[in-house]
Parts: sequence; C-alpha cells; structure tokens
Amino acid sequence: MYAFDYARPASLAEAIEAMKDEDAKALAGGQTLIPTLKQRLASPTTLVDLNGIAEIKGICLKDGMVAIGAGTRHAEVADSADVQRLIPALAHLAAHIGDPQVRNRGTLGGSLANNDPSACYPAAVLGLGATVHTSAGRAIAADDYFQGMFETALGEGELITSVDFPVPEKAAYMKFVQPASRFALTGVFVAKFLGAVRVAVTGASESGVFRWPEAEKALSANFSAGALDGVALGADGMIGDLHGTPEYRAHLAGVMARRAVTAAG
Amino acid sequence: MTKVSMTVNGKAVSGDVEGRTLLVQFLREGLGLTGTHVGCDTSQCGACVVHVNGESVKACTIFALGCEGAEVRTIEGMANADGSLGVIQAAFQEHHGLQCGFCTPGMVMSAADLLSRNQNPTERDVREWLEGNICRCTGYHNIVKSIMAAAATLRGEQVAAE
Amino acid sequence: MPKDHGIGASSKRREDVRFLTGKGQYTDDINRPGQAFCYFLRSNVAHGTITSLDVSAARDAKGVVGVFTSKDLEGLGGIPCGWEVTDKDGAPMKEPKHPILAEGKVRHVGDPIVAIIADSLAAGRDAAELVELEIDELPAVVDMREAIKGGTVLHDVAPDNICYDWEFVAENKAAVDEAIRNAHHVTTLELVNNRLVPNAMEPRAAVGEYDAGRDEYTLWTTSQNPHVIRLLMGAFVLSIPEHKLRVVAPDVGGGFGSKIYHYAEEAFITWVSKRVGRPVKWNADRSEAFMSDAHGRDHVTKVELAMDQEGNFLALRSSTLANMGAYLSTFAPCIPTWLHGTLLAGNYKTPLIFTNVKAVFTNTVPVDAYRGAGRPEATYQLERTIDKAAREMGIDPVELRRRNFVKPDQYPYQTPVAVIYDTGNYDATLDKALELADVRGFAERKADSAARGKLRGLGIANYIEACGIAPSSLVGALGARAGLYEAATVRVNPTGNVSVFTGSHSHGQGHETTFAQVVADMLGCEEANVDIVHGDTSRIPFGMGTYGSRSLAVGGSAIVKSVEKIITKAKKIAAHLLEASEADITFANGQFTVAGTDKAIDWGSVALTAYVPHKYPIDDVEPGLEETSFYDPANFTYPAGTYVCEVEVDPDTGVVEVQSFVAADDFGNVVNPMIVEGQVHGGLAQGIGQAILEGCSYDENGQLLSASYMDYAMPRAADLPMFVVDHSCNTPCTHNPLGVKGCGEAGAIGSPPAIVNAVIDALSAHGVTHIDMPLTPRRVWEAIRAARN
Repeated sequence: MYAFDYARPASLAEAIEAMKDEDAKALAGGQTLIPTLKQRLASPTTLVDLNGIAEIKGICLKDGMVAIGAGTRHAEVADSADVQRLIPALAHLAAHIGDPQVRNRGTLGGSLANNDPSACYPAAVLGLGATVHTSAGRAIAADDYFQGMFETALGEGELITSVDFPVPEKAAYMKFVQPASRFALTGVFVAKFLGAVRVAVTGASESGVFRWPEAEKALSANFSAGALDGVALGADGMIGDLHGTPEYRAHLAGVMARRAVTAAG
Repeated sequence: MTKVSMTVNGKAVSGDVEGRTLLVQFLREGLGLTGTHVGCDTSQCGACVVHVNGESVKACTIFALGCEGAEVRTIEGMANADGSLGVIQAAFQEHHGLQCGFCTPGMVMSAADLLSRNQNPTERDVREWLEGNICRCTGYHNIVKSIMAAAATLRGEQVAAE
Repeated sequence: MPKDHGIGASSKRREDVRFLTGKGQYTDDINRPGQAFCYFLRSNVAHGTITSLDVSAARDAKGVVGVFTSKDLEGLGGIPCGWEVTDKDGAPMKEPKHPILAEGKVRHVGDPIVAIIADSLAAGRDAAELVELEIDELPAVVDMREAIKGGTVLHDVAPDNICYDWEFVAENKAAVDEAIRNAHHVTTLELVNNRLVPNAMEPRAAVGEYDAGRDEYTLWTTSQNPHVIRLLMGAFVLSIPEHKLRVVAPDVGGGFGSKIYHYAEEAFITWVSKRVGRPVKWNADRSEAFMSDAHGRDHVTKVELAMDQEGNFLALRSSTLANMGAYLSTFAPCIPTWLHGTLLAGNYKTPLIFTNVKAVFTNTVPVDAYRGAGRPEATYQLERTIDKAAREMGIDPVELRRRNFVKPDQYPYQTPVAVIYDTGNYDATLDKALELADVRGFAERKADSAARGKLRGLGIANYIEACGIAPSSLVGALGARAGLYEAATVRVNPTGNVSVFTGSHSHGQGHETTFAQVVADMLGCEEANVDIVHGDTSRIPFGMGTYGSRSLAVGGSAIVKSVEKIITKAKKIAAHLLEASEADITFANGQFTVAGTDKAIDWGSVALTAYVPHKYPIDDVEPGLEETSFYDPANFTYPAGTYVCEVEVDPDTGVVEVQSFVAADDFGNVVNPMIVEGQVHGGLAQGIGQAILEGCSYDENGQLLSASYMDYAMPRAADLPMFVVDHSCNTPCTHNPLGVKGCGEAGAIGSPPAIVNAVIDALSAHGVTHIDMPLTPRRVWEAIRAARN
C-alpha cells in the first residue's frame, strides 16, 4: 500500500468536506478497496473512513419501501426482520455475499459505489428498481445509476447515503458462483411487481449489471420458468475469462433466471 | 503516525500506526500477538480472522485506525482463565481439526462467531460458514467435526447451567 | 478396545496446544533485533532480455539499506539441482544455470531481478518503484507441444527446450510395440495432468542472520528438510561450510512438496545478512507465492493399453511431455521419470511396459514434486485408461481391474518397471471400498438423482505408490545426488526421560506425537516422557527430511534402531546392577528383570546409573545413554488402495458435486489411526481439488492467469463431503521394523481418477468419453454440449 492520511469523520457533513480533496477516497466496508490498495492499484492521498457515520446506517420502512442506509453491513441486511419479511430475496442475497467476515464488514453503499461487474447488490438494486440517495441530495433511479463496469452516476466526492427498495409481490436471486473468488459468475435477480416484472443480470456482461428486456416481457405475460423457453441472451458483450466463455455466461443467465422464477414461487 | 487505542483480549493497548497499518500488522508487529496469521493478500484465506466488537472479521482487511476504541479478540484470548483450552480449542484437539496449524487461529475465531449466532448448526451450516476460511491440510472433515462437537459441548454446558 | 497409548493409539496431538493458543513459532513470527526487510522486484514478463537496469535512485531512497542485482552476486553459485536424469542416448540432461537473481535474461513471470533491503517492507516496496528497468520482451513459450519445436529458446544449452528425452524400460520397447500391434484391442487415451499450485497456507519466508564474532550464519526458513538446505546452499551456492551454517525450520505451515526445494530467496537472505550486517527477513505474500513456489504436475500424456479378448493387459505404452518450467527445481528431473515410470504397472500384472518422457523447459514457474509427485500422474493415466478400456470392451470396470490384479500369492512381485512390490492385497481393499460405498444401492441413488434432473456417476480407482524413499544405492544409480536414509538420535536423560532428535521435519504430520508413541511403546514409558525435536541443524545429527511419505517408514525406523541400541546398552547396565548375565535380562514395561527370578530394576535407575556410573560395567560400556542411527531402507514401501466415489452432475450448469467418497487404504501397520485418517482426508481434498477445481493457467504470453485465490480455486469446506476412510485391510511392510508404509500422499494419488471416472460415468449416456482436469462447470457444460451436437 502507498501511504495515505486517514480521516474518520463522525458525520456526513464532515465526510462531504473531507471528500472535497480530489485525491480522497471513501472507505466503506473496505472488502474490495483494501485488497486493491494492497496491490497498489489505487493511491489516494486521504482515505475517508465512513464507518463512524451513524446517519448512513440502519434499515427503516419509508413510504411502503425498505430504506437501507449506505453504511449498513451485509450481515445486518441479511438478519433484518423487516427485510426478511418484505423482500426475502434481498435478505437472501445479502446472506450469500462473499463470506461471513466479508458480510460483517461490507456495506450496501460500498458495493454500489464500486459497481463491480460481478457483485450481487447491483442485481438487487436494478432488479427491484430501487432509488439511490446521495450526499448531493440526488435521488437516482437504478436504471440511471449503473453506467457500466465500475462506472456509476456518482459525481466526484459524492457519497451514497441510502437506498430505497420497493417491495415486490415476489422476487428471487440466483447466483452461480465463480469457484475461486466466489463472486457471481452470473447472477439473476427476478422481481415481480403489479403489472411488471424486472430481471437484472450481474456477473455476465462487460457493461456490468443490466436488465434483460426479453425475459421481462416474457415473464410479465406469464410469470413461470417455462415462459423463458426460447428466450436466450446472446453471447455478444458477455465476459469471457478463465471461468466462463461469453456463451457459457449467456447460457447461465437463462438457467439462473428460470431457477429464480421457480424460487420466487 | 497516529496513536490508536483499543482493547485486545481484555487489555487496553495503544500504539502509533500509519494510516495504512492493517489491524493484523498492529497485532503481530505492534503487540507481538503472532497467533493471527496472514495467508493471502486478497482477503480470502481467513487465517487472520479475529473478532472486532464481537464479530469475526479479517484482520488483513480492516485498518488499525478503523478499530479505534474497539474490543478486539484474538486466538491468544480464547483459552480459559486458567490457561486450559477453551471449548472450541479443545474440540479441535480432540477431533484432530488441525494439522500444520497455520489456518487454525482463523478457523477457531470464525467458528466462535458461528457458535455465538447459531447454537445448533447443521453440517451444511458449518461448511457454508467456513466459506472464508481455507485449510490445505485437513480436507475440512475434522474441522467440521470439531465445530459440531464444540457446539454440542456448549449446548450441554448451557443446559447444565440452567 | 482401541488402544489408548503407544503404537496403535489415537493419541491426541501434543503440538496442537501451541497452535490452538497462538503460540506456534512460524518463520514470519521470528523477529531478530535490528532486522531489515527484503523485497524482491520480479519480472512481470515471461521472457525477455534485460537491456537496462539502474538501481541508483532506489539505493538513495528513504529507509533503503541496500539494493542488489546479479552483478553483486558474482562468485556465488546458481541454485543446484539434486537429481540428474540421463537421456535415452546416454547423455546427461541439460542443466542450465538457475541464478539467484536474473542474469541478463528473465524466463518466467516472477523471476527475481532486484533485491531491496530496507528498514521496512513498505520502504523496500516504495524503492522498487524507483528501479529503472527495461526488458526487451521476447516471445514466450508456455505450451510444451510448441516448446519442443524449438524457435523460442529459453536456454542456449537446450536449443529444442528439451531437458532430457528418457526411455524406460528401453529393452522392452520392441516387445511392447509388437504386443500393441498384435493385440485384440488397444485402448488409447490422451490426457492432461493439470498444473497445480501447492498452496501451503503459510507462504514461504526466510530470516537470515550473521554473527560476525563467530563467523556463523543462521537461516530460519520454511523448509521440509533443513539439512538438505544447509547442504545445497552451503556447498553449492554460498560456499559456507556446514559448521558455520545453521538452518532452522521452525513450525512450518504445510509443505506438500513445495517446501522441499532450495529456493533462491533463502540463499540470498542468508548471504545478504552478512553483507548488510543486519538480520534480514523476507516473507512472501500470496501473489508472490503463486509466481515463485514450485508448481506441481503438468504432464501431457498419451497412453495405449493392449488387451486380449478377455481383457488381460498385455502391454502398456505411454509417452509424456513433462513441464520443468523455466529452471530445474531441486528434484524436478526425478518426478516424471523415477517416481512416475516405475509406477506404471500400478496394481496390475501388465507384463510389458514402455514409457518415453520428454522434460520440457517453458516460460513458467519451475515445476517439482507436489503431494504424490509422479505417482498421481502414473495412477491417473492408468485408472482413466482402464476405465475407458472397460467401456470399450464391455467389461465391468471392477471386474476388469480385478482380473488384472497382482494377486496376494505373487509377492514379492517383480514388476516390469524395475520396482519389486514386497506385499499387498488389492482385492481386499477393492472389496472393502465397494462394501463401504454401498455400490449395490447405486442404481437407486442414480434414479433418485435423475428424478431431480441430475446425472449421477460412480467412479472407481485403484492406486499403488512407492513411498519411504529410498535405498541410497538404488537412487544413486538412478541419478540422485544424495543418499536418502534418515538419521535419529535418542538421548535418555539422567532421570529417565527421553529426547529424540529426528531428521524428519513435521509440518502438519504430527511427528511430535506419533514418534513419541513409538518410543514410549518400545520403552514402556509414558508418551509424555518422550520429547521429539526436529527442524534445527544445530540440534539434529543429520536428516534428509520429510517428503514422499517417508517419515515413519524411514525416519521412524532410524528412531527404532536407536532405541534398540539404547535397550541393548541398558540391558548391560541392568545386568551389572542385578549381578546377572546380560543374556538373562529381559526388558518389558519399563522394567529389567532377570529371567526366572524376581530380581528387577526399573528404567529410571538404569538411566541414572548411566550418568552416575559409580557401580558400572565401565570396562564394557561407556557412561551415558545416547545412540544415533542412520537407517537406509532396503526397498520402497508400497501403500495401495481403492477409492470409490459418487458425483452428481447438473447438466444445465456443468456443476459437479461430490456426493460421497470412500477410501480403503493399505498402509501396513498404523501407529496413530486418528492422524492417518487426517492425512487421508487432506490428500483427498487436494486430489478432489485437482479433479474439479484447481488449475494453474497461463496465457499464451506467459502471464499467470490464476495468480491469486480470486482465480485459483482452492477447495472450501462446502465443496467436499464427509469422507469414509478405512485402513483395516493392511499387509505390513516386510522390510522395515515397524511394518509401516506411509500415508501422506495416497489421498491425492487415488482421488483424481476416481472423481473423473465418476463424472464420465455420469455423462456416458451423453456420449462424453473424456474431459481434462479440472472438471470445472464450464468444461463439463462444454463437453456435454459438444457431445450433444
């Protein structure tokens, strides 16, 4: 790691101030950032540790939605009675990110700000059509938030403060894990709302998490795994690496989508 | 250098660290608590697992300064007050849950967190919980047995205490 | 009743207490006063010429103690190779220099170029960024089939990149060719034994210290054999005589072969500690380990098995390309030859065997022994080929194996590949494994899986291995540059407790417990009264180290010999004290008695008398009670067994789940069943890992793709089932005093073919006949898809 100054603001206001340094970087759970720093792939002058900011933590119900603070850890989302009751698919997703120690540290905001193409949370945020609230007072719709691999709508120094998740009729997330990293080689989040179905795919595309319109259309007409027969993703633009060709990932997206629909019931 | 203070295994400690000093470096190099090991640099092997405020975390993926004021527990703090092995440690010895011993501290600390959350884990629960702990020696068979046995012992003790 | 003490008891491991309480002392836990840290700047390209190297800015950087390149190491030797294999035409293998730091050229990603000594590791790493290094990149060659065509050449001494071209048994060649030409059926299989990264959980580390007052060096290092390191490093690299060089391997966090070898880093650390006048520590991080620890396996093989109408094996012909990597690691040449070709008879009475092995240099990390070393490669090709043959011949795979077994009345059995099996019973372990695996219930389980959309397969593999390496005269004739005996000193202290000094280092095997069981059993004392000391050249008389499942068979035998000498001497002392004839003294349960009388004296009194020799047979024996032995084995030992497993394949995703795994092993006598079973579990996990998860992968430019745990899939707890292991079918080794054979590697040897056979069984209905390891979901899915199309 390169040397850096360590700031630990106690409030969002202090954090916003600290982030004005253009070479500052926010530290949420650190489960991706710290390994990145170890490899000297990032060289912030100041690391702004967000872990002491109470106002961006916690889970509450707001206007029929589940509002989750950006600093809320995966384990807290997984264990939340409200999340388990209202969006069990989201609790299940959170309960299977990384490993227990990652879940004890990693946060919703950190995952979304990083927008790793193989991360789980982006699939839920996009699949549920959630809204991302930021320190700049913006409310960004999920459809506008994800802008490609590691790219988001966040501006310089802008921090996620919370995310509002609409409550679906039913939903499920199915993840096919990459056997080494245990990230999603391909993960599919399927959510059925009154009148519409959203399907989000993570892990598969070179453009990061994406919605799968053909699958959404088929499932909106008939929410059953069989409705996806004949609906297939093309391999173009899918990630090809040691663990899966583009064709394999495209195929897995179909398998995971069917299984998610079945799991959603 | 910045001063950091925390409680480690019940003792108040402090030291001067850099921003980039990881908790595991502070424990090993600053405090001489070398029971916590480093087996990878991608936050996956779990040899460095310790407890921070009662929860298992990877000490290689948290900064020392991020633990200001925290309660930290390491493998050196897991034995009974008289120095005898704690329940989980004893189960690992009884069931041959370790060979080279390098991953063992992380395994024990991870298991302790599991058993504090789930007093009656199934074999599958234990195996899935160990997602973040890699062992190259045991094939996990006897680690799983050790943790299941420790859970049984702990349940027995609780029954006896009631 | 299971025993609770001595040989045969599952004594709890004494070493566990320190490991469970954080009191282990691994190399990285050792800190010396004033110590500096070493950082190695390594090549990030696979092949290239160093055109410019300027370290002046790094030298001037804050916290830097010294910066070194190969220019600073002139006069030092290269890293030596310990085994010479001879070409089929009688010429010695090509043995290019393996420099400590790259000399003009880099040959693999990770090749060290510059070493920086600094006050802290961070300062060293910062300074490394100031090194001005230019490398003119050359084309890299990674694929052995390409490498042997020449073109891109790693070493001038090997213009076709071939280290050696070995034939065995050369005299059989014509007869094998003839038998294959005329056979009723020949089964042919081409397969890859995938390259693995050993991945002991403790990365390699070294601490060097030079005592100027005494002109003595000490090296603490992560080694399976500190004496071998002292010998190789002192004699061949640094020219330090043994009496001025102490090598300590303290607690070592797993080895699996990767910590046998003498590595450049430890030599450099030792040398530089004198040069900078400070103790120096180096500790590899995992990324560094991936590109600098010797890798394992990496064979490409074609096998042909000739059979008559009944499926009797007539001849086996095998040709292999074996990857050496960029340089020769310590034992690398021996693995694909003498530890591989000699095992090609397997458990079978195939009368004619011929193999050709070409060892190939490529722009990859050096390859050497990894758990099993040569024997897994031999077993894999045999057991996969036999399974394929059974399908082709329409013979049940169990029956085909059984029909060709060496039978219990045939021992000692001279194989056509030099080795002589002393004892065994392959039908017994086969029957036991089939019974434990409930093979009869398989059809029902398969139907149940099918109802859930899953394909279930049953896989069987037998294995035999040669352990307890090895008779020195034999290995000397085969090219070893060392003897392979083991040494032990047994010291009875004045009050009767016992210190045992063994050359068999323990890094997970539990020697501190097992060896104490043996000694306590022989002396009739408490195990707690016996202490086992290992891993320090200043305390141990000598040692060849721990590998090849040799510790109990060879190291344990040396201890037994010393204890026997102790008892003989103690009987003389007892006879004197009891005023009896030595011939009338019997020793049992810690008591010396005079036959036919009630006269007796206990162990403690005899021990004390040896050190307080007031009333003593001083004309016959010296005072003291300490004996040293060197045990040189008469033969290899031959553990064998049968593994049966069931897998379930998800045809939609290609995921393979191991549903059950049964291992029935013949290890001969067993000293500590608990530890033996643990060794099998660990071996199985590594073998299953090889079969379905682990694969070291380079791209065509020689970049290591699987360079961390993000891409190299280590087996996790959830990947594995509970194992069923059995060692009840044992035929004790006939030529060592304990009748033991060794158990460390078996699991890793027998399991890969069992798993692959099971997967192919599951997929056979789809027309899949072979998939190369690792059977990752992607590969399995692709194989199913290819077979369907």
